[in-house]
Amino acid sequence: MTATPAHGTRMTGAQALIKALEAERVEVMFGLPGGCILPAYDPLLESSIRHILVRHEQGAGHMAEGYAHVTGRPGVAMVTSGPAATNLVTPLMDAYMDSIPMVGITGQVGTAAIGTDAFQECDTVGITRSVTKHNELIMSADDIPMAVRQAFHIATTGRPGPTLIDVPKDVLQNEMTWYWPTDGELDASLPGYRPTTKGHARMIKEAAKLILASERPVLYAGGGILKARAAEALRELAELTDIRVVTTLMARGAFPDDHPLCLGMPGMHGNATAITAMQKSDLLIALGARFDDRITGKVDAFAPEAKIIHVDIDPAEQGKVRRPDVPIVGDAKYVITEIVKAIRDLLAGGETQADTTAWKSRISGWQEQFPLAYASSEPGEALKPQYCLEKLRDAAPESTILASGVGQHQMWASQYWNFNEPYTWVNSGGLGTMGFSIPAAIGAKMGRPDRTVWAIDGDGCFQMTAQELVTATVERIPIKVGLLNNSYLGMVRQWQEMFYDERYSEVYLSTDLPDYVKWAESMGCVAIRVESPEEVEPAIEKANSINDRSVVVEFRVDAGEKVFPMVPAGSGNDDVLLHPSQSERRDFLK
Amino acid sequence: MTAINPAGRDVNHHILSVLVQNRPGVLARVASLFARRGYNIFSLAVAPAEEEGMSRITIVVDVESAPLEQIVKQLFKLIDVVKISELDPRHSVERELLLATVRVGSDERGQVLELVNIFEGKILAVGVEALTVSLEGHPDKLDDFEAMLGGYGIVELQRTGRVALPKLDRQARLRSMSTPSSPSSPNTPKGKVS
Ligand SMILES: Cc1ncc(C[n+]2csc(CCOP(=O)(O)OP(=O)(O)O)c2C)c(N)n1
Repeated sequence: MTATPAHGTRMTGAQALIKALEAERVEVMFGLPGGCILPAYDPLLESSIRHILVRHEQGAGHMAEGYAHVTGRPGVAMVTSGPAATNLVTPLMDAYMDSIPMVGITGQVGTAAIGTDAFQECDTVGITRSVTKHNELIMSADDIPMAVRQAFHIATTGRPGPTLIDVPKDVLQNEMTWYWPTDGELDASLPGYRPTTKGHARMIKEAAKLILASERPVLYAGGGILKARAAEALRELAELTDIRVVTTLMARGAFPDDHPLCLGMPGMHGNATAITAMQKSDLLIALGARFDDRITGKVDAFAPEAKIIHVDIDPAEQGKVRRPDVPIVGDAKYVITEIVKAIRDLLAGGETQADTTAWKSRISGWQEQFPLAYASSEPGEALKPQYCLEKLRDAAPESTILASGVGQHQMWASQYWNFNEPYTWVNSGGLGTMGFSIPAAIGAKMGRPDRTVWAIDGDGCFQMTAQELVTATVERIPIKVGLLNNSYLGMVRQWQEMFYDERYSEVYLSTDLPDYVKWAESMGCVAIRVESPEEVEPAIEKANSINDRSVVVEFRVDAGEKVFPMVPAGSGNDDVLLHPSQSERRDFLK
Repeated sequence: MTAINPAGRDVNHHILSVLVQNRPGVLARVASLFARRGYNIFSLAVAPAEEEGMSRITIVVDVESAPLEQIVKQLFKLIDVVKISELDPRHSVERELLLATVRVGSDERGQVLELVNIFEGKILAVGVEALTVSLEGHPDKLDDFEAMLGGYGIVELQRTGRVALPKLDRQARLRSMSTPSSPSSPNTPKGKVS
């Protein structure tokens, strides 16, 4: 890495920007140059930072997110003003919803032109205000080091999220005197930003008591576990108390799927056991989770008998949806560790844990009765997407990272994969951004070049961002894409089938237009088409054996397949729709 | 603006006094947060605060207490927001300024002058058929004044929105008087509104 310059060195704002990124230990950034940001691309030629040239700025943003997902370090995207800045809005919002640390840097027209509707001027700070944790327009080259420090500090501390700095062209060109703010100066510059990380001691003790007294407890693990790097602490708490754990879509991998206490994913397309365990629980221990509507279903009908312990670093999450009995504002790792200590103290002092035997056997009864189900296909019959995922899962090298687009394939990926390690699942949860998977997988591979990265994509999603496979080829970032081609905007098709009397409106894409194999090959990938069940395993084996190029495996799958279970939007979780083969057993879900 | 009670005496009126870093865009951040989270601002007043580089925004919102808690928490997430206090009307001093131009024939002029006198307002300008008057005081007093003026033709009326500070209790008053280094007392605002 390039040495940090001495204080007092004269340089341009552009040089200061790149030096500041180096000082923040940025190793890779994703972007695409243009007029206003041009000055910043010049010193990049001498920088230790690797820049990945994308084909669309949305791709840069999702790559930054994918990188952040797997490394925990902030992803950086740098683009020019106007249309490039607006192309970055979707990834910023995505990162905001999923609390992903990310720093966006946009060029802006010169300070004298601001407000004149100059060429490629846009009110970037205004547009991105509600999709960032914080943003700032920098009006002087002298402010650059502090603005960069603030952006990284805010993006990575407290509840992580995206930040953005908007830099006018003349600010990049003007000279300044280099400095690097100390921690003290940084803190003093942000008097309104003091995230609470230590949980309240009395509340922690209260939580420990409730946990020991509960007869039907469930640990409700959310994405905050991963952000706080609290997977180990969670495991300790679960094992100490023998409490079952559900992992939300954002928390897949935060608790190992192969652990006997793991119930898997709850929510709209969660499994029946995870959904019902939350529903019938008398104590939900929510850890870095936000009671999203995809989890709760109809809020009034959600877990009616449960008391709530809610641990979250963001005070605004406490009571936003469901009023907690024990609110604890703090870092999940710190708080969970303290809860474990408090429980140990209580047990050492002679307290005992309530008997949960009956509850545990109810749960295992549900697990036996309601495994994930689909009608498997015989050789010669239509290929089932779930089957493809099972085979992909079984053949995946250890610690494979799975990225996903948005739609049916995303839900099947989450349902059928075994996430046994944290930071192996990269997906767009809160925003549900179609087109996320390919750029996110590329960013993930940049962050973890040692890992195999599979992107599971739908044909609709693929067509939104597939061009980044060119980036992957040119930059030699080999990923693998499992394209579940069902010829439809499948998830929307499913809703129209179930809730609109099979009246299909604008959901058919095409099976062979585009020709995905030719398209993938033209982007420098190896491409394989799979049309029948027998071809699945050989194709996956071939894909896994190729490591010097990206591979696209197009699975032509049954268009009629639906995701089950399903809690229809607006329904309560008690009304979960089971796979048709299980529906006559539903009375057992009591 | 809420339609519940334009006179401003609704029990769900809450006054938030928000100390912010005085940086470009801070007001837009606060306003867009209210819009985005679906909350209504009843009135809003902003001006530089006693501390260098800070401004105080006084916001009146109409909500139940549960959403109020959300508003406060969401506001506090704004990086530029340094401190938020909810001012309980029973323990705060509130002031607002009203300007109004009233159409009055010569026969009614005396009545309006008397009204202004009773309310301890001021006549700012006198025209042939109109008067411009001002009144500074508690917002409730302004409501009453506005209602009475309504009986004559109001041509234009403008209110500033309320500003408020906590009332000094005896203890606080003694403290602030005995500590010379204390930040300038809330009782002695820098600029006087009159
Ligand atoms: C950018 C964007 N546009 C629209 C949607 C709404 N939407 C959700 S899933 C879906 C269909 C996705 O189709 P495809 O990628 O083929 O995946 P499938 O559901 O068939 O697996 C659509 C249109 C969305 N989530 N994101």
